[in-house]
Amino acid sequence: MLSRVAGNIYWMARYLERAEDMARLINVNANLTLDLPKGLSPIWGQLVAITGAGDVYKGDYEERSVLKFLISDTSNWCSIVACLSYARENARTIRDVIPREVWECINTTYLNAKDNAPQALTKRGRYPFLQDIITSTQMLTGILAGTMNHDAGYTFLKIGRNLERADMTSRIIDTRSANLVPDATTTKATYDNLQWMSVLKSLTGYQMYRREMQVRIQRQEVLKFLIRSTAFPRAIAHCMNEVEASLKGLPGHEKPLLAIHRIKRQLDAVEIEKLKQAELQHFMDQLQVGFACLHQELQLCFFGGAYETADVSASMTQSA
Amino acid sequence: MGINWGKYKYPHLFDEMVNEDGSPKLVAQKLAAHLATIADDELGYLKSTAELAIKEMGISFTVYNEEGGSIDRQWPFDIIPRIVSKKEWDVVEAGLKQRVKALNMFIDDLYHDQKIIKDKVFPKELLSKSKNFRPQCMGMSPAHGVWAHICGSDLVRHSDGKIYVLEDNLRVPSGVSYMLENRQVMKRVFADLFSDYSIMPVDDYPSQLFDTLAALSPRPAEYPQVVVLTPGIYNSAYFEHSYLAQQMGCELVEGSDLVVNSDDCVYMKTIYGLERVDVIYRRIDDLFLDPEAFDPNSMLGVPGLMRAWLKGNVALANAPGAGVADDKVVYAFVPDMIRYYLSEEALIPNVPTYLCMKDDDRKYVLEHLEELVVKPANESGGYGMLIGPASTKKEREKFAELIKEDPRNYIAQPTLNLSTVPTLVDGQAEPRHVDMRPFILSSDQTHVTMGGLTRVALRKGSLVVNSSQGGGSKDTWIVDEEA
Repeated sequence: MLSRVAGNIYWMARYLERAEDMARLINVNANLTLDLPKGLSPIWGQLVAITGAGDVYKGDYEERSVLKFLISDTSNWCSIVACLSYARENARTIRDVIPREVWECINTTYLNAKDNAPQALTKRGRYPFLQDIITSTQMLTGILAGTMNHDAGYTFLKIGRNLERADMTSRIIDTRSANLVPDATTTKATYDNLQWMSVLKSLTGYQMYRREMQVRIQRQEVLKFLIRSTAFPRAIAHCMNEVEASLKGLPGHEKPLLAIHRIKRQLDAVEIEKLKQAELQHFMDQLQVGFACLHQELQLCFFGGAYETADVSASMTQSA
Repeated sequence: MGINWGKYKYPHLFDEMVNEDGSPKLVAQKLAAHLATIADDELGYLKSTAELAIKEMGISFTVYNEEGGSIDRQWPFDIIPRIVSKKEWDVVEAGLKQRVKALNMFIDDLYHDQKIIKDKVFPKELLSKSKNFRPQCMGMSPAHGVWAHICGSDLVRHSDGKIYVLEDNLRVPSGVSYMLENRQVMKRVFADLFSDYSIMPVDDYPSQLFDTLAALSPRPAEYPQVVVLTPGIYNSAYFEHSYLAQQMGCELVEGSDLVVNSDDCVYMKTIYGLERVDVIYRRIDDLFLDPEAFDPNSMLGVPGLMRAWLKGNVALANAPGAGVADDKVVYAFVPDMIRYYLSEEALIPNVPTYLCMKDDDRKYVLEHLEELVVKPANESGGYGMLIGPASTKKEREKFAELIKEDPRNYIAQPTLNLSTVPTLVDGQAEPRHVDMRPFILSSDQTHVTMGGLTRVALRKGSLVVNSSQGGGSKDTWIVDEEA
């Protein structure tokens, strides 16, 4: 498999996952806004912060402008339409590698999202639009699993997907753990509960949390679940296990594996119940640095970084 | 109800489907009858289904656009197929094989002893002024003596009912993927029509292409490492490059994916390290192939590629230098080549061609510019042409100057009345002009596609079928009536 192609598959998976995650996030946020008292709804701005695109965002923090930015603004590299267009461009450069059905599905998903994006800005059109994105991306995951050879290419797909997932989970914890009340030790228990439920729901983890943890919704338990569960597919530990297992099937995997082991040691060592808000955020930042290192090692090891002398930037976006 | 053939305006030219009296030709009777019974709204439905299928399948061609933006255009497609009888096609097929064989012998001769020049069949001065002759290739002997492994020859039918070869594309001919995809779309949309006919399948092209390329490998192996070299995603034929790589199960590479090492072998950069490449189906023009040998500014090529090829460590298809025969002046000599190398007469005639380098011809051309089509020797895509009957006085004066300045670079041909095929326009069939590009594969064996890409000028009366200039395409059915 060509290094460039491996890189394209990996990025295609990351962008698809990102589009799906954004859709889930917006959906849940919209639900939560409806539950909160009127004064307490600055949370749309928090969504911009989660994507890390705060610097480029010039609009106000009203629902409509934030939604436009996150759904259809192609100057925002994290918007749903932008992610799908990048996924499509990557898929286009590897049409020879991915099954034809996958290309057709990505193409259709992108075209639909682009055409229907204006409807998503209305309260009524939003839910069907987002649900459509989620269903389509899930369908893609299914088609890929069912039709693509489970060879090196598929391995890079899984690596990209799980790394993006872990990254998104850490970002959600980072921003959403703080926004409604200053710290979990203070009162306002009702909304606290709601808030943590919404965190779980944005990761479709509510039901699975109930099954696995069998305790009520509590900050520590939710955090433990999202960080350390090896069963829940969007928990950071689970994603890292998946990446680790995938990597072991690839040649010359030593360095990326070292980067994973570093992250896993951090996950094991941290005492979640003792983390106050600031420490929690610091910990999430550390994890994100770890993910970036992992990406850099992958780039060097597999995606042609070693063939080039130019330095490699590890960021939220694909370098040219 | 459906298409009313009584209203089909017979254009007083040759129509591929309808006789002069308005009755359908024998081979097309079942199709015409079927189309006549389809309800109007269903016809519209079929048309939009085909368009949707094309959109979903992502069949597109790229148009250069300065703003970057949306560069992928959907492929315009007409649902009424062009039908040719197998009996007629068999003759065309034999003619194309004959033609490509002679062309390959000609190219091989030019890069070796140049016997055809010594025997005064082909003028020496033409070679010295050829833009596509590559002196670097002198003495090179590619496998099987074949230089043009993939050839796309454009065929037209004139009002006399005869098929002529209009030009031979020997550099990097494109369009075959559209031929294959058109068939896929037709199967999705018009499945019931297929049961009326035995239509010769076209789907085996990718495996024939792979066999053709694999036979060129310098290292004998059952599955040599064959790659498709593309200039990248911004090339107008990118869709086709990836399509063929996918269908052949080969890697699609860009120049930056390849490297020539000190052993003068070509390698590709993979996740397992460097892997040797045996055969490159290149879709990049000669001059961009290798910055060491040709254009030093080329970003698309691979430094050292020519070196590796000349040493016989890698096969290139088409071979560098094959384009010397892809020249509208050389074209005029093809019947002579067939006579010279094969001692046969050409089975498919050339369009009569005036060479402006010949004094008599030039005199005639300059006096009859209004009736003729003037073409530069080395342009493709329909650019830089003068279409006499549609030209202004000023344009004709400009071309007269151009011809006098550089007679070698111009040829002229009578304006052909391309045949027409019924094409769906606003729910009714109207005649539109077509040409056809079959593809000929040569290495140890020779294959000709069953039919080819039929291109149609969608604008009324237009003779320009190029996709960049308002052309579309149709599925082409070679129909075996005896089966």
